[in-house]
Formats: sequence, structure tokens, C-alpha cells
Amino acid sequence: MTNPEETTPSKPDYKYIGTRPIRPDGLDKVTGRARFAADLSLPGMLAGHVLRSPHAHARIVSIDTSAAEAIAGVKAVVTRSDFPDLDPANPEYNVTRNLMARDKVLYEGHVVAAVAASSRHIAKLATEAIAVEYEVLPHVLTVDEAMADGAPLLHSDLLTQNVEPEATEASNVARRTVLERGDVEAGFAEADVVIEREFTTKPVHQGYIEPHAVVADTSQDDTSVVWCSSQGHFRVQSQTATMLGWESSQIKVIPAEIGGGFGGKTTIYLEPLAVLLSRKANRPVKLVMSRDEVFRATGPTSGTRIRVKLGAKKDGTLTAGKAWLAYEDGAFPGIWGMLGCWCIFTPYDIPNFHIEGFDVVVNKPVNIAYRAPSAPMAAFATETVLDEIARAVGIDPLDLRLQNAAKEGDASPLGPKHGPIGLSETLDAIRKHPHYSAPLGPNQGRGVATGYWFNIGESSSASVNLNENGTAVVATGSPDIGGSRASMAIMAAEVLGIHPDRIRPVVGDTESIGFTDTTEGSRTTFATGWAVIEACRKIVTELKSRAATMWDVDGEEVEWVDGEARHTKGDNDPLPLAKITAAAKQTGGPLTASASLNAKGAGPAFCSQVCDVEVDPETGLVTILRFTTAQDAGRAIHPSYVEGQMQGGVVQGIGWALNEEYIFDGNGIMENAGFLDYRMPVASDLPMIDTIIVEVPNPVHPYGVRGVGEVGIVPPIPAIANAIHDATGVRLRDLPMSPVRVLEALTNGNGNSDGDA
Amino acid sequence: MSRTHVSCTINGDETEFLCSDDQSLLNALRDELLLTGVKEGCGTGDCGACSILLDGRLTCSCLIFAPEAEGSTILTVEGLAEGDHLHPLQQCFLEGAALQCGVCTPGFLIAAKALLDNNPDPTETEVRYGLAGNLCRCTGYDKIVRSVLEAASQMRESA
Repeated sequence: MTNPEETTPSKPDYKYIGTRPIRPDGLDKVTGRARFAADLSLPGMLAGHVLRSPHAHARIVSIDTSAAEAIAGVKAVVTRSDFPDLDPANPEYNVTRNLMARDKVLYEGHVVAAVAASSRHIAKLATEAIAVEYEVLPHVLTVDEAMADGAPLLHSDLLTQNVEPEATEASNVARRTVLERGDVEAGFAEADVVIEREFTTKPVHQGYIEPHAVVADTSQDDTSVVWCSSQGHFRVQSQTATMLGWESSQIKVIPAEIGGGFGGKTTIYLEPLAVLLSRKANRPVKLVMSRDEVFRATGPTSGTRIRVKLGAKKDGTLTAGKAWLAYEDGAFPGIWGMLGCWCIFTPYDIPNFHIEGFDVVVNKPVNIAYRAPSAPMAAFATETVLDEIARAVGIDPLDLRLQNAAKEGDASPLGPKHGPIGLSETLDAIRKHPHYSAPLGPNQGRGVATGYWFNIGESSSASVNLNENGTAVVATGSPDIGGSRASMAIMAAEVLGIHPDRIRPVVGDTESIGFTDTTEGSRTTFATGWAVIEACRKIVTELKSRAATMWDVDGEEVEWVDGEARHTKGDNDPLPLAKITAAAKQTGGPLTASASLNAKGAGPAFCSQVCDVEVDPETGLVTILRFTTAQDAGRAIHPSYVEGQMQGGVVQGIGWALNEEYIFDGNGIMENAGFLDYRMPVASDLPMIDTIIVEVPNPVHPYGVRGVGEVGIVPPIPAIANAIHDATGVRLRDLPMSPVRVLEALTNGNGNSDGDA
Repeated sequence: MSRTHVSCTINGDETEFLCSDDQSLLNALRDELLLTGVKEGCGTGDCGACSILLDGRLTCSCLIFAPEAEGSTILTVEGLAEGDHLHPLQQCFLEGAALQCGVCTPGFLIAAKALLDNNPDPTETEVRYGLAGNLCRCTGYDKIVRSVLEAASQMRESA
């Protein structure tokens, strides 16, 4: 079938990179054969169930499990008394207290106990028989409530980091972050136009379709085998061991197929409970969350309040920027406000800026990463104010962005200078696309926005084993969350010179492959792919050496071209890979190589997007008519899956912009913990999402790869807000831009109390 | 607790199983019959991951009690291919990169089959509404919709 999406032609000297082979794990996933964690059954397996807090904030006075333990079929119960108390300085201290409440429950859904029984039904009955006495405490749900004077405290010992003078009294503010450059007041004084606006966003969930699931089988000698769905099984291993007070080597984690994560499966929730229940019952135990539990107890992304002030000259040059950000962390301190600071002005070269951000704990589930975590809310603020600036100075909003876009050599707000980056190229691609100049009808509007995500490298391991028949097994430690097996096979094929079909990419467990960091930060194709390339390069060196042995010539006389050894200084016939592997026993034994690295230099990701909306003036319903996204991929290894990442990110951003939000009642109880009331986009809500892959190669990576997984979610919220303004003249600065809120804005002429430009 | 005996035809095979009266058909398919290609995403009929054809009708198996399957004919994703021959939908999903994590894929394939069984020549809009009961969080639906349209076209040509 033809692919209508546009793709920059791949470099002609690549044979497999840039092609679109069928993914190696695809067949299993279209036939129902793929094994996700909840699909596993073991002989004698018990079913587990978790008891969760019904209160947003309460002291646990007592827990009595005796009635539960007396129920026939109940095989094990665990509570706080079964887990060691860690030193508060331990980096996993908060994780372990999120997995099992100790003196207090800090949000509705916080774990209080877990049961293993002979059936799910009995396990559930048993949790209901556990008697917990609570002393309900006052709660805080938003950054405003949590930062107010005299606010109830979640943690009596939480001192704000990075304030002067040093904090001596506990508060709900975990951390302050400041980034600054130049003289911001002088910068504003230089400006002809200065606009300052305030924005709010609600927590939204990653929304992966597969609920968290684990099967643990623990022996009497305190060793356990754990099958689970996660973005990183080595982190599952270390966090689980830490929570139990065990050595990591006591736990083997086997990665199941993962049914979506988007950052939400970068931490653990169930694994230590399952391991300990299994230890107590001496039987395997399966724990699977319901969707209700996924919403109430796993990490959404932060709700925020953000103020942005930008100044520009009449010619559009930005002179100064000021930002104040407050991000919810959920019930334990996080890094989300800090990451917002890192991203909020990075797409632009602003000579004078002051960014101040706060991480704030509230009585909600603990926030965890969600695709380019913290960047979309920050972009909502900056990109909306930029749109107002563009209109105020009379410059096309794309031109204004191009004029101020960060370029190679500019220092990012974090300090280091950008290497080659593709922001301007993506803006250019949007401007040249027919979408940008297509006519609009009544009640329709067009908006643009850009996005930035820094991407990460971190540690990865890979091994390659050549089979006797000339096929290869490429093993890595990175769970395949969206097609990474395909990209690993393509990169290995490129180095080895054999077709990707001849390569079997596998995801190794914690005992069969070297340590590999979690699949996060858009790092897998970049860093794990790099390890695959290095391992394959080593084996090519070995293949050349074996060919030299077979020919009885000097190794320097052999080169590797198109999957075969060629004799450069003689007339020996080329030796294809399969002939060398077939003779491996005679030339030194099996052909195998591995590589591990800590990848530095993940090139940052930028994208630019344009979207058309139609706003129904009678209902406030916003319909997305057309959406085009241009993103710098560095080098697209498998363009279909690059497009898939771009499209998926855009649609998550559309849901965040228009529908999705956590809704709480006055007691801090979530009111919409299901897919009916927490409405994610469905196919009929959407148009096709047009993609333009821009390729500005990352000079650090052997094939120029930069991560593509996350940045696509960053611009949709402001692109849609700007399009709504274009259609209606009304600015929306509070999410979600749901029909009721849009209608209110249309009726009042303004959705916000602070006036409009 | 006494269990109910159910006889039905699943993926062409006459099948018998025991279930409790309050057990969902989804749980019976997964836990009693180990047809784990049928996925549970929500258990409340909102995500479509557990979609099956029940007597030819698109059904969320999480919303049916297992005893209700008595005498019925059921198709799950495991029965979509004919031997070694993938259904055109399966082949087009592979070629069109219509899946990322793959957990929603079984439900989408069944929902798409139900759509094409009733409407062999759907418009893009009809495909989008035909699949509106299925959630995918990875793909943004673009490649799924294209793949269903492509499969429909191939099936019409070979009909």
C-alpha cells in the first residue's frame, strides 16, 4: 500500500535504514499470540487484590487483617508491617512509601494492604474484610491550596530545596528551580510589546490501554522470578529489591510485552506486593489492576499554574522572557516543575530571561512521566503568548517563531550550546506545506505552535549472536514499546549487510543481557540502537578475521561490503556471511559479540505543527479539521514507526487540549476514574494526522538518530488554543478547552478573568 | 459455589467450559479457555479491547455474562486467520504499521471485521465511526484507518 505521508528521502548510501519492513513482532500481535503480563498463567497460581485508601489524606490508626486471613482460600496478606523502613536518604524512599502506605495515606487509592487467594473473587472479599481505622485529615488538591499559608502538610519533614535562606520550616513545596540569563528588566524595557498571561492545566493520565500487571513466583530461598509489563525491567528489579530489603540478584525480571506506557510504566506499583505475597503463600501470585485502580493509583501528569511574560520589539525580536511555574507532584516530591523550567523557553533565543519553578506536593496520586513530561503545559503558556505577540506586532506567527528560533551555537537556557538542531527546518516545512495556505470556512481557524524535548541517552547493552545458517539474534535490554525491535533489526542489518528478515531482535531479561536503562526520554533507538550498532561492528571485525583465516591471508586484505567479505588484494571469491558462520567451528568457534555504553549527546527534538479547527458557536464543540506535524528525527530508521510516534503524540495532545482531566469532589475523591467519563479521543473525533519527517542528523549517533517518541505531544495544546482564537477571537488559557468552557468563553467574549489582548 | 456448564462454538471449534454465574464472558475466555488474545482494558465496555463477534455481532465480551454464551458462535482474534493465511485486515495492519504496542490490536481487528462484514466499501468517516468503540492510545488512529480502508479495497478486488 502507498504511504501518503511525506518523508525526506533517505540517504542513498543506506541499504536498509529508511525502509519500512514489517515489524518482527507484528505477526504475534495481529494473531493474539503476543504475551502481555496479564496473559500469563502458572501452575498453582493465586490471584491477588489490593486494598486502597478511600480517603485523600488520613492517618492510619490501625489495620486488622484477622478476619481476612480467616476466609477459606486466603493464602497471604501483606501490610505496612511486612516491609522494611528505608533510610529517608535512600533515593527510592518515596517509591517504597507510595507502594505501601505507612503512617498516613496521602491520596485516594494509596495502597494499604494486599491479599493473595485461590480466586480473584475471594481475594477481593478478603480485602473488604480488612478493618482499617482512619483519622481523616484535611487535604490539599491544587498548587494554590498547597502553597497557601497555613495549608495542611502532607509531609511534616519536607523542606523546600534550593531557596535562600535555607528552608527551616516544612511546607508542601518540595523544590524551587531557577534559570536566568542577562538582565530581564532591561530586556522588557527594550521591548515595544510586553504581554503577560496566566495558564492552568489539570492532571491527565497517560491512558495506556493495558492496565499494570505482574506475576511473581518466589521461592523459599527468597529468590523470585517476576513477569511484568514495564518500560524498564532493570528498574523494576532494583526498585523491587530495595523495597523488600533484598539484593537485586535475588530477583529476575522477565519483560512481558508492554501494552503502552508513555512514561507511566517507568516506575513500579505492584511488583514488591506480588513478590512478597508469593513468598508468604509459596505459590505464584498474579496481580492485575482494574482501570479504576489505574486512574486512582498510578501516575497522571501534573496539574499546573504557569505565568509567562514575553517582550518583543516591533520587528518581532524577542528581548526578554519571564516565567513562573507551579507543578503538582502528587503525594511525593518529584521533578516535574524543574523539567517545566528546562523546557519553557528553549525553542527560542531569548537574550534575557528569568524562570522560576516550584514542585508542590498535593493529595493526589504520585505524578510520573507522561511523554515529554512537563513540556506541554509550559509550551501552552509560551506558545499562546507568542501568538499574541505575533498579532500585536503584525507578523505571521510562523515567521515570528522562525525569526527567534534557537539555532546551532545558541546557548540553551540550561547552558550548553545547541549542536545541529532542526527547529527552523520544521517551521519551514510547515510553511511550505499546502495546509498552511489552504482556505478556511466560517467558524474555522488555524493555529501553529512548536515544541521541544531534550531527549536522553543513558546506559544500554546489546549482544549479537550469529547462527550457523547466517541469521542473527540481536538481544537488547529495552522493552519494545512501539516498534523498537524493527529499528534494532534495521540498524543491525545495515551494519551486517544482511536483510532485516535475517535478524531476530529479542528483548532479554535481567539475567540474559547487560544492564539497560528504562525505555524513556526517547532514548531507545538512539542509545540502545547505538549499542546494537557497536556490537554488530565488533562482529563484522570478527567476520573479517575469520574470512582472512579461511583464505589464509592477512586480515588487512579483507573488507566487509554488502554482507560479504571481499578480498581487496587477491582474487579469492567473496565470502557471504552465511559461509563464514557455517565454517565457524573450524575458524575459532561461535561468532558472538556484545556492547554496552552510556550514550551521551542525545540530540534534542523539535517539532512544529499547524492545526485547523471549527468551533460550533451554539455548543462550544471544537472539531479538529486538519492537523500537520513536522518533526526532526535526525534520521528515521523505520519511517512508518517514526510517523506513528508523531501521530500518537499529536492525538494525545488533542485529548489533553479538548477533553481530558482528572475531576475530584470536595473530599479529594476522583469522580471520573473510567474511560466513559475520562474521555480519550476515538477515531471519529479525528482527521488523518499528516506527518513531515525532517532529517537533521544528530552528529553523535552513527546513523544520525535523535529520539522521536515524545516531542509530538508538546505543541498540540497551544496550536489548538491559537486556532480557537483564530476562529473566534477568544483566548482560552485553562484546560481542557471542553465545549462547556469554550461556550462560556464565547458567551462572555473571554474565557479568562484577566482580559485579552 | 456451583458452576455453570456452557457449550458454544469458538473459532470454529465446539467448545465446553464451566463458569460461575457472575463471571464475564471475557474472564471465561481468558481464564477458563486461555484465549488471551482477547484483552481487558477497562472491564466496563468503554475501550473495545475485549471485542469479539458473538453470533456475528460486535460485542464487548466484558459486558456479557459467560453463561449467556450458551449455544452461541464466537469469533476471537485467534480465529481470524485461516490456517497460514492471515485475514486481509491482519496483513494490512502489518504492512500499514497500524499497531505500536499491540494490546488494542485484537479488538480493532474484530471491530474492523464486523464493519467490513456489514459494509464492504466504507468511507473514511464510516471507518472512523465503525471503530469509535475501540480505544488506541499509541497510533492516533491514522494508520489503523488507512489499513482498514486498504483491506476493504483488497477484499472487494478479490471478492
